Amino acid sequence: MKHVYGWLLLTPAAILLVGFTHFPAAATLFDSLFSTGTVVRPSRFVGLANYAALADDPIFWQVLGNNFWFALGTIPTSIALALLMAIWVNDRLPARALVRMAYFTPTVLPMIAVANIWLFFYSPQIGLLDQVGAKFGVPSHNWLGDPNTVLACTMAMVIWKEAGFFMIFYLAALQSLAPELEEAARIEGASRWYFFRRVTFPLLMPTTLFVLVNATINSFKLVDHLFILTKGGPDNASSLLLYYIYQVAFSFFDTAYASTLTVVLLALLAGLALLQFQLVERRVHYR
Amino acid sequence: MRVWLAFALAGLLAAAVPARAQEITFYYPIAVGGPLTKVIDGYARDFEKENPGVKINPIYAGNYDDARIKALAALKAGQPAQISVLYSIDLYELLEQDVIVPWDDIATTADEKAWLKAFYPSLMMNGTYKGKVYGIPFQRSTIVLYWNKDAFKEAGLDPEKAPADWMEMAQMAGKLVKKDASGNVQRWGVMVPSTGYPYWMFQAFARQNGHDLMNKDGNRTNYAHADVIAALQYWRDLGAKHKVMPEGTVEWGTLRQQFTEGKTAMMWHTTGNLTAVKNSAKFPFGVAMLPASKQRGSPTGGGNFYVFKKTTPAERKAALTFVKWLTTPERAADWSIATGYVAVRPEAYEAPKLKEYAQGFPQAVVARDQFKFATAELSTFQTGRVRKLLDDAIQAALTGQKQPADALKAAQAEADRLLTSYR
Repeated sequence: MKHVYGWLLLTPAAILLVGFTHFPAAATLFDSLFSTGTVVRPSRFVGLANYAALADDPIFWQVLGNNFWFALGTIPTSIALALLMAIWVNDRLPARALVRMAYFTPTVLPMIAVANIWLFFYSPQIGLLDQVGAKFGVPSHNWLGDPNTVLACTMAMVIWKEAGFFMIFYLAALQSLAPELEEAARIEGASRWYFFRRVTFPLLMPTTLFVLVNATINSFKLVDHLFILTKGGPDNASSLLLYYIYQVAFSFFDTAYASTLTVVLLALLAGLALLQFQLVERRVHYR
Repeated sequence: MRVWLAFALAGLLAAAVPARAQEITFYYPIAVGGPLTKVIDGYARDFEKENPGVKINPIYAGNYDDARIKALAALKAGQPAQISVLYSIDLYELLEQDVIVPWDDIATTADEKAWLKAFYPSLMMNGTYKGKVYGIPFQRSTIVLYWNKDAFKEAGLDPEKAPADWMEMAQMAGKLVKKDASGNVQRWGVMVPSTGYPYWMFQAFARQNGHDLMNKDGNRTNYAHADVIAALQYWRDLGAKHKVMPEGTVEWGTLRQQFTEGKTAMMWHTTGNLTAVKNSAKFPFGVAMLPASKQRGSPTGGGNFYVFKKTTPAERKAALTFVKWLTTPERAADWSIATGYVAVRPEAYEAPKLKEYAQGFPQAVVARDQFKFATAELSTFQTGRVRKLLDDAIQAALTGQKQPADALKAAQAEADRLLTSYR
């Protein structure tokens, strides 16, 4: 009887999970083994041919590389920035609520709106960046039109957007720390840096893990800005894996190949999540 | 007895209800609440008034990609959808999915058959396959050259004369570049956008240099012809050699502002921007046909009316009546003034309303004059991939990562691989 009750409680969540997560994932894996069907040429089983095509697809390797740099560029920076901001606004300072709100604002704005604003920041000559640069005699630069700077530009925007969001988690964690710890440390004569390194930071580890997992997922999941800023260009220099999947699925209508790419993305994310939990969990102290 | 009475009543009721109205659901690519929804809604109501048997049910479905995805999904799910305005270049995709029928099959009377021939021929190219008309032009645009007359005056050029050919454009642009004391460019000579729709702009260059980029059957591309390579070289040279355009890619989305802020003296852009430039430019500006190399040229763009296969004969007939009604000369003129899209048939420019509008704003008829040099927008089987190959090649060349010849030859080889099975 107890079993039935337990299962009943689980059912709603289980139905949603299976219906919207597990079944689509399995269906995607299944679809990736078939060719894309049209009315003229029906879909047929092709085994691993789609995966072979993937290995030969230079754009896939390029976007994968871009995604790697994008993750490397955005994750540590936005986490460090979030921590720094959280510690700052956790202190007593004038207009604290206002500063907190200011840091959080980018998170509240929709990505599409943000990208439309940043598009004009980066715009050569008329953009904010170039206008400020001009005051100091810096020559105008075609930020989004140069394959060497475009990815860094999108990273800067994403860091700006993400850091405020992660700050909220750090802020909440900081406020739950017992004040006695700080008092005790002060009596012992510990410096602020020493206190942070040996007390605050270790106690924040569960939050850091949570934020790290989220930041990693986001670095693969956030592609909205590409629709507005660059459409993946110039010549795929700013394209990311998920954006490429979108293009393959809805611009090329190659659903089979899109499924194949999706399987790779899923495997990649699952692998990363496992790795994070395994490696980092050892260093996390839950209370 | 009761039962009989009930039957009799039911019979009476049935007789009292008029024949069910013919309902036409049509997907239209615009965001809900956009400024054009009012215009379309107005047309639908007017049409219903004149044709009491038909009910028009427009569904606003976002951009062209969204509209196509939604309309196809509706068809798959068995939802009603009889007609749709979709991207003119979706033709081959829709054919391959086998969801559309040619308008020729529906047009039976002499009047209807004449209607199919009433449009500008260059607008029909993207809608015709093997001699049959699948797309009726509706919201169509083309590329024109905008120029800032004040900047021309300042540079000592005739403010009423736009460049006529490539050499002249590069020379004039050179005079129009303005630098500050430390050598930083404050105003560029010309900008051609190379994000968003690079292939579209490049089609203009290629056509001007004598070539179309694909064949009529949509199964062969012409990316690697020497003249096509030369066209890309010229585009690249504007930035790399003549230094009259910024190096790298030029953003489509902010170009209009660059122009209205005076940061470029000339730009190539869609006629769809005409009304917006008119409203925001604080200087007198001109609109001209694109310059020529061997000839003038520009691709057309925009959306066509398609009729879906899953329709009854009565629905098809009603759909034809509606689309025909929408494209009468008077309404085409009205639509052109309301939106800035080109009027799709010659008679529309004779309509008093548009004639009067053009007198006050002659820039509005440049697109029409350019039609005789216009060509179809790039569209082939596997169109998304084939188009992106070209987009990437153009951007690689403009950003200096590849030589135009290498980039285009590689794109051509890949396009051949994709299209072989359609030949």
